[in-house]
Parts: sequence; C-alpha cells; structure tokens
Amino acid sequence: MTEFSFWDILRNLLLAARWTVVLSLVSFTGGGIVGAALLFLRIGGRRGMQFLSRGYIQLFQGTPLLMQLFLAFFGLGLFGIDVPAWLAACVALILWTAAFLAEIWRGCVESIAKGQWEASASLGMGYLQQMRYVILPQALKVAVPPTVGFSVQVVKGTALTSIIGFVELSKAGSIVTNATFQPFTVYGLVALIYFALCWPLSKSSQLLERKLNVAHRNH
Amino acid sequence: MSLIAITEVKKRFGDNEVLKGISIDIAPGEVVAIIGKSGSGKSTLLRCINGLETIDEGSIVVAGAQFLPDEVHLKALRLKVGMIFQQFNLFPHLTAGGNVMLSQMVVKKTPKKDAEAVARKMLDRVGLAHKFDALPDELSGGQQQRVAIARALAMQPIALLCDEITSALDPELVAEVLAVVKELAAEGMTLVMVTHEMRFARDVCSRVVFMHQGRVHEIGAPEEVFSNPRTPELRQFLGVQ
Repeated sequence: MTEFSFWDILRNLLLAARWTVVLSLVSFTGGGIVGAALLFLRIGGRRGMQFLSRGYIQLFQGTPLLMQLFLAFFGLGLFGIDVPAWLAACVALILWTAAFLAEIWRGCVESIAKGQWEASASLGMGYLQQMRYVILPQALKVAVPPTVGFSVQVVKGTALTSIIGFVELSKAGSIVTNATFQPFTVYGLVALIYFALCWPLSKSSQLLERKLNVAHRNH
Repeated sequence: MSLIAITEVKKRFGDNEVLKGISIDIAPGEVVAIIGKSGSGKSTLLRCINGLETIDEGSIVVAGAQFLPDEVHLKALRLKVGMIFQQFNLFPHLTAGGNVMLSQMVVKKTPKKDAEAVARKMLDRVGLAHKFDALPDELSGGQQQRVAIARALAMQPIALLCDEITSALDPELVAEVLAVVKELAAEGMTLVMVTHEMRFARDVCSRVVFMHQGRVHEIGAPEEVFSNPRTPELRQFLGVQ
C-alpha cells in the first residue's frame, strides 16, 4: 500500500480547490449578469415579464440547490442530451445565484426614494436612463455589502456539485479520503480551505458595509 | 392661445375620485397659484400635467404636446414642462453642477462642455454659482431647492410646475426660494404653483385657482379671490368671515 504524506494530501486538495474557485467565479459572474437582467424585468418590464421574473425567482429560491443540480444533470439526460458534470454544475449554479442576486438587488433599488424616480422622469429621462444615471449609482452603494456577503453562499454552494461528480474541493476530499483512510485530516483540511476562501469575503463585506454607511449619510 | 390646456380632467385612485372634471386654460407668461386644503386634488392635478400620474378622462395639452401615457409622448411633454418638488429630490450622488448637467447630457445629448456652461449659468441665475462642486448634503434646504430650480431651468422648459416648493423649508429659508421664483415670473416664465404662501400668491400671481373636493371651486385674479371670496368654502379656507 502506498503511503501518502501530509503534503500529498494538501497538494491534491489545493489543486482541486482551483476548480472550486473557478466554479465560484463563473457562477457569480454569470449569476450577476442573469440576475441583472431579471432585476430589470422584475421592476421595470411589462407586466408579463414582471410575473415571469418573479416566478423564476420564487422557483429557484423555493427549491434546494441540490434538486436544481440533479435536474440540470440527469433531467436533460432524459431527453438524450448528454450534459457533462461541469456544464450542469455551471448552469445550475448560475441560475441559482441569479435568483438570489436579483432579489437582493431589488431590495436595494427599492430602497432608493421614490422622489428620485419622479425627479429624473420629470427631466425627461426614460427608464433605462433613470436606472443607469440616477438609481443604480445610488443602489450600488447599498448593494455592495449584501452582494459580497452572498458570494460566500456561492462558494459553499459549489460543494454540492461534488454529488453529480464534478471534481472540486469536496469531491477531491472524498477521493483522497478513500485513498488515504484519513478522513479527519482530509476533511479538516477541506474545511480549512473553504474557510480560507470564505472568511476574507465575509470580512470584506463587513468592512464595506461600515465604509459605505459613512458615505451614505443621506438615507 | 393657451399654453397649457386642461380640459375636463378626471382622475381616480381606486374608488376615490380625486379630480372630478377640471378645466383650466393657462396663457403663456401667466403665473397661476393653486390653493386649497390638503386632499383637494391640487398636487394631483400638478402631477398630471407632468405625466407623473395618468388621467382617466379628459385631456391635457401643453404647447401642442398631448399627454398620452407612452414614453415618447411623456418625454415630449416633460421637455416642455419642468417640475420642482417639495422634497427637492436632488440626486445625492452628484454635485450641484452635476445635478444640473445630467439631464442635459443624457436626454438632450448636449456635449459635456456646453452642459457645464449652461449649468454654471443656471446656478448663477439662482445665486449659487459658487456651489457648483458642492454635494446636495452640504447645502441648506433653501440652497438645495434653488439647485432643483436651476436643474429644471437647464432643460429650457416653457413652463414650470412647483409643487409646494417651500413647504419643507425652515421659515428663514423660504424667502430666498420665493425670490428666485419671483424673478422667473418677472422674466415671463409660465408658472403653475401649488402653494400655501398666500402673501406670495397675492403679490406675484396673475390668477388664483381655489380647489375644493376635486373641483375648481373659484378662479380669478388674486385681488378678487382674496379680497372678495364668493363661496363659504373659500372664506373658510382663507379664514375670513
């Protein structure tokens, strides 16, 4: 039987952690883009679009991420479409992140006083102009701390993709455990690596909140 | 030829009919004060003229631009009438100058340099040229309201709507804002203002509209309306017997 040194274990976990980081970045960026589109439809689109967007958000917030992963991975397979694990993981996480970000941001946009909409409308601005030049610059300040805070949930959410066979940090943890029979060391390290990824995010969310609050005396 | 033609306008919020058939014609250069108790529909009427509220019946035409609730018509209407609000509604993330420049650049596509020149001129007109780089936070209420006036003027509207623009101000700041409005009136700007400043309405306005329960109850020259109120409601509102 081969002996594994501590360094062997750590090295393999760190290599897999790269995929956790990549998947988090992809989900967060993609989710941000889709979420922004949802946000625009949710608050400014036609009635049908608002309804669709709200339905989407409720659906994705109201079902476990695990189910969404299963559906993306096995569900499409039923139709004869062969979905690789990485693709299913990306799609499910992007859609899931989008739903939450859209809802977080909606709260931020709605926290902007109604008078700002009225004043900009009375100056002749259209919806997109109002959003771009008046509402979003103010809402963005409010949105930064909760958005950064939510990114922690995304990082931890990527762990679930191990179940459909995507080899990221958690999956690598089980594989290495199976090879080394040292579950405590391995999962302890896995947890520490997650913590090392997430803690700076939560901390910066706190710092940003304090900093932006000072700059945001008006509300 | 009237500049603002309001014809048989009705507005309902659910079951509550706020405007019950209002007709007023406003000529160019007129300064019209709308007075009345809260809930009489005066603010709603003003907001309808700017398209911030839709109307259920009747028509509003401003210098040939008909009020229809789609973005093209609304924009055409809003380019003709500026609006000033009780709560100033300056954009807090922009400086005073930025506030005055923004809509020129975004809506009229004026180049930045020209927009800045206009902004400086307009701020100078309201006596705030030296506050160009100040954020709204750093200005007093009266100064903020004057920036709001400059911001509306920068779009070169042919009429200004003022919705209780001194009601949120400390008493000592009211005068500076009214002085600016008085000057505009003297320059021939068409003004429609909802106001509680009776003295001002009497001195500056060419006509006074008294609204009561969603209708134009009395309308006429200020001397007539203030010195010789014909209906008991107006007498009660003015506190004369």
